[in-house]
Amino acid sequence: MNSVYKGPGFDFSNTNRNAFLETRGLPLPKATSTGTTIVGCLFKDGIVLGADTRATTGPIVADKNCEKIHYIADNIRCCGAGTAADTEFSTALIASNIEMHALSTGRKPKVVTAMTMLKQMLFRNQGQIGAALVLGGVDASGPHLFTIHPHGSTDKLPYVTMGSGSLAAMAVFESSWKPNMSRKEALDLVTAAISAGIFNDLGSGSNVDACVITATHTEMLRNFVKPNERVQKEKSYRFARGTTAWKKEDIRNLIISEVVVPTREGEEMDTS
Amino acid sequence: MPDGSFAHPQQRQFNPYSENGGTILAIAGADFSVIAGDTRQSEGYSIQTRYAPKVFRLTDRAVLAVNGFAADGNVFVKKVKQRLEWYRHAHAKDMPLRAIARMIQTMLYAQRFFPYYVYNILGGIEEDGSGAVYSFDPVGSYEREACRAAGAAQSLVQPFLDNQIYFKNQQSLPGQSRPLHLPLPEVLSIVIDSFTSATERHIEVGDGLEMYVVLAKGRSIQGLESFRGVQELTPNPDGDRVFVIRRELKKD
Amino acid sequence: MDHFPTSWGRQRNDAYDAYNTYPLHQRPNPGHDAFADSVQHTQQPIVTGTSVLAIVYKDGIMMAADTLASYGSLARFKSIQRLHSVGTSTVIGASGDMSDFQYLQSILDELIISEFTEGDKHELGPEEIHEYLSRVMYGRRSKMNPLWNSLLVGGKKDGKRFLAYVDLLGTTYTASTLATGYGAYIALPLLRTAVEGRENDLTEEEARKILEESMRVLYYRDARSLDKYQIAIVNDEGVTISEPQKLVTSWGFAEGIRGYGAQTQ
Repeated sequence: MNSVYKGPGFDFSNTNRNAFLETRGLPLPKATSTGTTIVGCLFKDGIVLGADTRATTGPIVADKNCEKIHYIADNIRCCGAGTAADTEFSTALIASNIEMHALSTGRKPKVVTAMTMLKQMLFRNQGQIGAALVLGGVDASGPHLFTIHPHGSTDKLPYVTMGSGSLAAMAVFESSWKPNMSRKEALDLVTAAISAGIFNDLGSGSNVDACVITATHTEMLRNFVKPNERVQKEKSYRFARGTTAWKKEDIRNLIISEVVVPTREGEEMDTS
Repeated sequence: MPDGSFAHPQQRQFNPYSENGGTILAIAGADFSVIAGDTRQSEGYSIQTRYAPKVFRLTDRAVLAVNGFAADGNVFVKKVKQRLEWYRHAHAKDMPLRAIARMIQTMLYAQRFFPYYVYNILGGIEEDGSGAVYSFDPVGSYEREACRAAGAAQSLVQPFLDNQIYFKNQQSLPGQSRPLHLPLPEVLSIVIDSFTSATERHIEVGDGLEMYVVLAKGRSIQGLESFRGVQELTPNPDGDRVFVIRRELKKD
Repeated sequence: MDHFPTSWGRQRNDAYDAYNTYPLHQRPNPGHDAFADSVQHTQQPIVTGTSVLAIVYKDGIMMAADTLASYGSLARFKSIQRLHSVGTSTVIGASGDMSDFQYLQSILDELIISEFTEGDKHELGPEEIHEYLSRVMYGRRSKMNPLWNSLLVGGKKDGKRFLAYVDLLGTTYTASTLATGYGAYIALPLLRTAVEGRENDLTEEEARKILEESMRVLYYRDARSLDKYQIAIVNDEGVTISEPQKLVTSWGFAEGIRGYGAQTQ
């Protein structure tokens, strides 16, 4: 891909044009945003991460069951809020780099390594990459939980929330979190925090995803709770055959039969 | 730039309007009319309340749904009701539907340069006993129609109604009849499915559904009796009758 | 007074007014219409109060607000009352501009007195007070001169509980749990899970606990809040507004946490 005409990394050649068009009243196309409630919480044996599953474009639900807990390494996961594409590419890139790093050092990856890679990448891009992340995992030095903001600042706390539902979720943590919780207590708390986002924040909705990371095991609990199943429709909307109008009918035979006639006979390939 | 197109606004001004989400719709039948709305009121990403009615009974044969800026909507409904009461005192009868429609037009246009930021849909029974729906824009342009959706999910619901009520984009088939007006149970099913679908795909729609059914004088309640939780609002079963049906919608 | 005639809103353009007394480049604030100021009342809140919370419970309604009035980011007045009783069955709580709120208090007190002097024993209940307030607020917004508040109105009259909201736009709504300001984002989710569906079972003690916990969470996360607050109760006995009370808080959650990133010491 790289050539003398185009360097590696982001292509900024349209930046000035787009800024000009914007001042002239031509809005930029809207990116899919993960409106989102994402949380993380420390407990006795490790980390529980949580996320809702709604993705939006403005007021429209783009995806009712998207996955916001992304893989970084076997012992590290990352929840993403903000511009969907940015969170997906950021986590995928760092997951690759972490794997390369683990291969070259021959050690299990550390959470701070992923955190530092992410924050340096985001800071380099001056907030243009709209990824707001909750990074959690367990490594040789114990459990770690971080938030990473789009401009590259990080925060290390025993319980964290991000996204448009972060206030609702944080309220649940502030009232009920305590140190050294059991796995069940932590999972219930994370579920309550995500549910607060789902039912009180319009940017969040659908199901609760959770992920429990301990020193020995990582368990992804996809659709851990499904409190928003759609009810059955009142009516069937099957259209009778012939409902759709057409302008032209063209029937083609897709079976092609051909006869192969050999031009020369029995000339063996020279394999000597 | 000499034309000032690059000038930035100097100070933020008080904005007297807000947008409170939600969706309304109405469908007219041959001798009935259904007017419905969800009950969520929101601002930005917050739910203000899960129950704020947007559909109001005006008379025994007229129901008004309002959507847009809630404060304007409530004030507007209040003023319409007041005008209807004055009319009752002056004429000893309820104002006919088409007259209410024209009155709403003049009331909206009176505010042409500081408009009520409200989309109105008026449904009910005309003097000839036919079901009718009138829809308005915020400054009073109006039209009688067979069906109309308005509000946050208008762009999701109206195409669905066009397809199911007007049979738009459906080729008529031999031996298949296309009724001018659908029967009541069919209409109620379409209304419920419109709102459950809008709830799925629009973040501002949900919590509850209120459907008002207006039946023409003399029409049997046929098609309503099988529905769970139907509540009659009119005291007199001999005239035009108004019913309300409530349903839960998803709360996320 | 703007002494530059060219700033008085008259159109000036070299293309058709080449002989104007003030060359365009000398105009002190080009493009600004000085007379527009005299007809615009747009303002902004100055001394402000933060969230008010309210819930419905078995015997009536309960409302809570802290006692801080901020001046921007300055905690300017730390003992301001933001809950106010109106008549014998209503209480209002205000966030937003405190001078506008105190003006509203004086209007409402006047209203109560003028009703009392009728001598017909008729008293205004919470529903009437809310209706009146919403008309005042909507009227002012329509004059483009709003009273910069979000208000909660609660009460109990003739055995009927009432709780409603009204703000500077005239927007109104009712629910069994209400909150203004940051409370709508932080406290309301907690209030809804604690109260919704239990409105007729919650005792006064439970309701007080729920509000106290929400006020504590608000104090943790709302930078314009205070740990001193009051609770108002309206039940069959009438209105009671408590003395200011202090929140018990703990800040030891981060023990053992070092730095914000890769640091360990």
